[in-house]
Amino acid sequence: MSDDQTYSAAAEVGQIKLQRSRFKRSWIELKKAPPTAWFGLIMIIIYGFVAIFAPWLAPFGEADSSFSSFQPWGDGHIFGTDQIGRDIFSRLIFGARNTIGIALVTTLLSFAIGGSLGLIAAINQAWLDQLISRLVDVLMAIPGLIFALMLLSIFGSSTIGLILIIAVLDSTRVFRLTRAVSLTVVVMDYVEAAKLRGEKLGWIMRREILPNIMPPLVAEFGLRFSFVFLTIAALSFLGVGIQPPTADWGSMVRDNASLIQFVRPWVTGDAFGANWGRLGEDIKLASPPLLAAGAIALLTISVNFVVDWFLHKTSGLKE
Amino acid sequence: MHPIVRTIIQRLLLGLFTLFLVSLIIFSSIEFLPGDFGEAVLGQAATKETVAAFRRELGLDLPAYQRYFDWVVGVVQGDFGQSFSGRASSGQDRSRSVIELIGPRLKNTLFLATMTAIIAVPLALFLGITAALYRNSIYDRVINATTLTTIATPEFFVAYILMLLLSSLYNVFPSLSGIRADMTFWDKIYVSTLPSLTLTLVIVAHMMRMTRAAIINLLASPYIEMARLKGISSSRIIVRHALPNAWAPIATVIAFNLAYLVVGVVVVEVVFTYPGIGQLMVDAVRTRDVPVVQACTVIFAGTYIMLNLIADIIGIISNPRLLHPR
Repeated sequence: MSDDQTYSAAAEVGQIKLQRSRFKRSWIELKKAPPTAWFGLIMIIIYGFVAIFAPWLAPFGEADSSFSSFQPWGDGHIFGTDQIGRDIFSRLIFGARNTIGIALVTTLLSFAIGGSLGLIAAINQAWLDQLISRLVDVLMAIPGLIFALMLLSIFGSSTIGLILIIAVLDSTRVFRLTRAVSLTVVVMDYVEAAKLRGEKLGWIMRREILPNIMPPLVAEFGLRFSFVFLTIAALSFLGVGIQPPTADWGSMVRDNASLIQFVRPWVTGDAFGANWGRLGEDIKLASPPLLAAGAIALLTISVNFVVDWFLHKTSGLKE
Repeated sequence: MHPIVRTIIQRLLLGLFTLFLVSLIIFSSIEFLPGDFGEAVLGQAATKETVAAFRRELGLDLPAYQRYFDWVVGVVQGDFGQSFSGRASSGQDRSRSVIELIGPRLKNTLFLATMTAIIAVPLALFLGITAALYRNSIYDRVINATTLTTIATPEFFVAYILMLLLSSLYNVFPSLSGIRADMTFWDKIYVSTLPSLTLTLVIVAHMMRMTRAAIINLLASPYIEMARLKGISSSRIIVRHALPNAWAPIATVIAFNLAYLVVGVVVVEVVFTYPGIGQLMVDAVRTRDVPVVQACTVIFAGTYIMLNLIADIIGIISNPRLLHPR
């Protein structure tokens, strides 16, 4: 070090502590991620891409039933057509947009309700906390799908109704988690200091507590999303969820399910494995319901893989 | 009074109170029906008089608390009122009582659930305990990846794959489980195989993961480590030290999954057109037959609450710290 340079502690610290950008830090973490998490991430990105650009990707319209019904694979329709002559491939693509979109909106709403009530209950810890907690206990005493079915029978199956019902029922679980994790944060000194400063409830919730409970909430968001997604798919499959002509994977399974029973037996008594040529044809015949159900399964599995990795990461578990 | 008896009585009262609140919710569902549902049920051509008679039959002219009381007394005696379907606008009533619709189907659902539970519970406990004991081995990893995949898969996907493989391509089981009262016991088992297998796959996955987590949690506790440091053999640790404390979590796991079975049954019954109350409930929701929906909800929610209560009580009874208070 030459004499004309003066020593500065700040400069030295700055030199050593090379602040990496958020993007770079995430990239370093990602490189260490297990293959299952990578698989999940890539699948989620593909699903997101398909959902956003559905109208440009799909060769035909969502409710375009101008083709002959039950066409086989190929011939202008990659996966054939369904029972009233709609292109299966196009409906799968639009289904991504509708099914994922509705599930995402529902989960966001459920987090908005459950999260804010959970924070309020944790800060209040008095009569309001007791009131909401007991109410949630009662709501959780009825199995979710059954409760949803009962409410749908009263309010009827509209998309808005479906979103509201599932969001409210699911927010009970978000409430429990948010309340539980914020209870350890509200007793911190800085929250007390904020209260003494005279900050309003909204500020304390948003600026003091929320940033400290984000990791478990983010993981929970992934899990709740797949749960909500499966519930909506199940309700649509039962015929009381998303209504036609909206393309949706659950109802696609329901509409085309009977195709599976038209598959001819592959193994018939003594001639074991004699029908190899026919097998491919039959699998294609039975494909529409399985493709839609598979699309649901693949997305939830991917989300679960990513959440599994994220939980492992944030909890610092090494096992 | 012995502390266990006191805790159990507390739990029973709490359970009863929950049942009361749940019954309130289910009862009040009919209050939220839109005002014109009389016309919706009876059809467009219904006259004013028939609608008025229908409303009177439901007791809509009485105060709500009185109707609630009548309803609860009816439910306790097994009377859920008359179904909405089969009513004509002319006022002629061909509807059937709800209990008549539910009775035989409830038996079928119980048959399916029992059959599944008998296979699934021992299997899941065995897999869960062995996976916990040999954790991080290949065996554990394979089971873990498989169950994670099964949990994330919708029941109907599992169901249709099984149907394609075991009914269409390789015809060993019927794809539709039309169960009838005059079938022999073995025939019933035969036609219920595919629905039961589907439920087993889904439930074993849940139950196995929870058992594994509970056992690992237990094995990590200090007193087990103490026993290990004393040099006791591992089989003795498990039987004498771990197991007494494991009954509570295992009971919770079993009850939770049997309760889960209650929900899973709905979808699986629809896939295989199994004539149980799950399918009945879905049909009733679609036609907005509220009395039938209410009755099914009471049965499902009641079973759910009871199972959780039983798990709670088993947990209390088997807790060594409560059994031998200082």
